[in-house]
This record gives sequence, C-alpha cells and structure tokens, in this order.
Amino acid sequence: MSEAATENLKRTPLYDSHVKMGGKLVGFAGYEMPVQFEGVMAEHLWTRSEAGLFDVSHMGPCFLTLEAGIGGGDAAHAEIAALIETLVPSDIASLKPGQARLTVLLNEDGGILDDLIITRPLGDDAQGTLYIVVNGAMKEQDWAIFEKALAGKAVLTRADDRILFALQGPKAVDVMADFFPGCEELKFMHHMPFEMNGQRCIVSRCGYTGEDGFEVLIPAEAGLPLIEEMYTDDRVKPIGLGARDSLRLEAGLCLYGHDLAPDISPIEADLGWVIQKRRREAGDFPGAPRILRELKEGPARKRVGIRPLERAPAREGTEIQINGETVGTITSGGFSPSVDGPVAMGYIAAAHAAPGTKIDLIVRGKARPAEVAALPFVPQNYKR
Amino acid sequence: MTTYYTKDHEWIRVEGDTGTVGITAYAAGQLGDVVYVELPESGAKIAKGDGFAVVESVKAASDVYAPISGSVVEANTGLADAPEKVNEAAEGDAWFVRIKIADPGELDGLMDEAAYTAYCEGL
Repeated sequence: MSEAATENLKRTPLYDSHVKMGGKLVGFAGYEMPVQFEGVMAEHLWTRSEAGLFDVSHMGPCFLTLEAGIGGGDAAHAEIAALIETLVPSDIASLKPGQARLTVLLNEDGGILDDLIITRPLGDDAQGTLYIVVNGAMKEQDWAIFEKALAGKAVLTRADDRILFALQGPKAVDVMADFFPGCEELKFMHHMPFEMNGQRCIVSRCGYTGEDGFEVLIPAEAGLPLIEEMYTDDRVKPIGLGARDSLRLEAGLCLYGHDLAPDISPIEADLGWVIQKRRREAGDFPGAPRILRELKEGPARKRVGIRPLERAPAREGTEIQINGETVGTITSGGFSPSVDGPVAMGYIAAAHAAPGTKIDLIVRGKARPAEVAALPFVPQNYKR
Repeated sequence: MTTYYTKDHEWIRVEGDTGTVGITAYAAGQLGDVVYVELPESGAKIAKGDGFAVVESVKAASDVYAPISGSVVEANTGLADAPEKVNEAAEGDAWFVRIKIADPGELDGLMDEAAYTAYCEGL
C-alpha cells in the first residue's frame, strides 16, 4: 500500500491494538482499518462457530436529545420520536424502553440516504434522547441532515470518539456474560447500559453477521483494557473488514453505497418491513407518494439473492441478463465461505424476481448461468 | 531449466521451447484464500503483458499477466476444483498453464530468483 493511500486517514482508538494483533490496514470510510488478520476465510468461519471481535468505531454513533434535556418519561420520548420521524419512515414513537429498530433515512423522492439503527433508552429519567448509529461513510451527511432538520428542537451529540465494537458468533453471549453479567438476558434489538472500568457504556444485542451477538459503545480509556482482556479468551479473535463483508453478504444484509443508494427506495430494497403500519397509514414521511405506490402496486425492480451455478464469483456491477436482455445488476457479490461457493445480491426487474428464476451473469464478457435465490444464504441465529 | 519472475508476481519455468507459468507464493500470500481460478483453453494465443488468467480471493478478482507471448499447450484444469492449491503450492503443483514460447528473447527483461526476492523485500 502506498503512503498516499494512508494520508489524511483517521485512526480509531483501537489502531494500536490492530497493529499488535497483526491486522493488515487499509483506508475505509476515511479511517485506517484492518481488512484482515489471519485471513478472510479463517476469520469468517471463526465468527460462524466461535466469537469474532470487530472494531466498528469508524461508524457514526450519536445521541439526539431534546433541547429541554432528558427526563419527562413517555411524553419526552413521544416528542423526540416525532422529530426523527420526519426523516425516517419507521414507527419510533412505539419503541419500548430499551428497544431498537433498523430504519432508513429518506430523501424527498423516497430514496435511501443511509440505513441506521435507532434505540430508545431504558428508564423514565432517560427519555427525550435517542441513541442512533449511522454508517461511517455517511455520518457527516446524516448528522448535517439531523442538525438542519431539528435545529432549535433537538441537539446532536457525536459519540464517534469512543470505541464501538461488535462481538459476534455463537459463543459471543458466553464471553459477553463474563464481562457484562446480565447482558445474556437481552433479546435481539434491545440494549442496556453498564458500568465498565468506571465508565458508562451501552451494550446492544445486534450485529451485522446474521449471528447472535452484541455491539458495545464505550469510552476509549475503558474499552482498551476491556478488549485487551477479551483477546486473552480463547473463544475471541479479531476480525477484519474482509470477513465482515462476506458475513453480512451471506446473511443477506445490505451495505450502504452498494446495495442501498439515493435512487433506491426501501420497497425496492425489500426493506418494506421497516415501515410499520401506523406510518404506512399516515403516509407522513419523505417520499411517501412513491413508497406507498410501490407498496400497493409493487416496485419495478427488487433486491434479490443470486446463486451463480458455476464456481466463478460475480462481483458488484455484473450485468444480469435473460435471453440476452439486461434485466438487472449485481450490487454485492463474492465467495461465501459457509456456502462454499459464490453468492451475490442485486436488483432485478420485478417480473424475474422469484427464487429459482434462471438468469445469466455476464462475467468477463461471458454469460454464466445463475439463479435467483432466497435470502439469507445462511440461517440467521438471532436471539428473539 | 531456468525460472524467471515478473514484477507482477508471475513465474515462468523454461524447459526447451516450453514455459510453465504460475503466480508466486508472495502473490498468493497477498491475495489470501484463493477461491477461483479462470484459465485460458489449450490452443489460446497469449501476448506478453496481457491478462490471460484470473485469480479470485474471497474479496476480489485479480488479473494474471502473461510473462511471455506464445500459445497455451496445456491448462492446469485441476485448479478448477481445488483453487486452494494456489495457496498451498503456488510455485509447484498449482501452475496455471504451459506455453509454447513464441520468442525466447522476451525472457531477457525478466528477473531471476535472487533479483525477484530482492524486489519483494523492497515492497
């Protein structure tokens, strides 16, 4: 890697740890991040069978808090929820204390500007704020949108100077319970606050691998010794961005800027489930006319899973054809270590979106047989 | 029998007018787990410097460039079912193609083993 490639890149608090653990560092979302440690394949399979630790401090954790501050119980939650609901189509008001939801930030045309997770805090005295995590590459855009739309009503506090890490895999819960007793009781998409090394942190049961797991937001000085200690546990290994990508692809999860983009609606992206009933009935979100029309009539194109039938992987940008006619494009594609073969996802004309539909993928000028497949490619192991 | 190396990390082992071509162990290490190799068919004409094969890791696809011009005598079809051999034996069993060399003069610009080792150490 050339020196120019690392110029102006930021480092997360875990940079020295990555170097010490043998990480191969690359530029990603403006940060110097580990793309791999011992190898993508080994890290991928480790996460599916043990517990993989991911540094995701490059992402955009933040808090959106009423000007009046926190407190005020349900009324305060209703007030902050109403503010953020002007930007997203999910029902944030009905979140229970401690509960989180995946949602999308929409433009006026109903296109997706980012995908994000919004969490309602626990405790009557903590209402009036939301814990939000947005994508690293989109955080400056998203935070500018929040600040502009909510000026004078809510205050944005960035938390991206802290460590945000994920521990994912079937053994993550046992490891986490050793450090955060009680967190094993959390259900998927719920969180609770903890004290660790004298600092407040947030433990959420969620992730980006399809496995059971947790994400932890923690100040750097408390998180560094915690992670160093976690690495002494035989069940825990550091995992790089390479395996993060192959894990999320197998799990059928979208990567913003690839599978989601400003011209793609949540209905096209097969994310209609993020728009709960109350919001559909009210139609009170950006781009509602398009989104409600697509909900009713079906979208022109749809995100689907794709299984190449030969060994050659089909990468992002690969054209999808049927009888020589272009019907779609692959937006994420590669090799799936768990399936032991190539997998992909992409957008295809709705008429051809049924699983089992035979398609051709144009790889290096040659049509290769493939078929539309159900997502995810591996079962999700969430703790419901 | 002499082995030559390119700056793009291919090797070619020359015996008479035939060269056996593959990627180096250094290249295989940089790529990581190889999951797919696409090779030309026997009889294909290839030109020095052209991408004649593709090697894919979990993350990405990389072109493999011809160290010399010639025609493909044989492709290592065993790699189709066992691409991981490229990680295990890049400079041995996991050769890519045998080429009938068109112009032995093209070998002049390539590195010998000592020069290639020094080249890799400088990367």
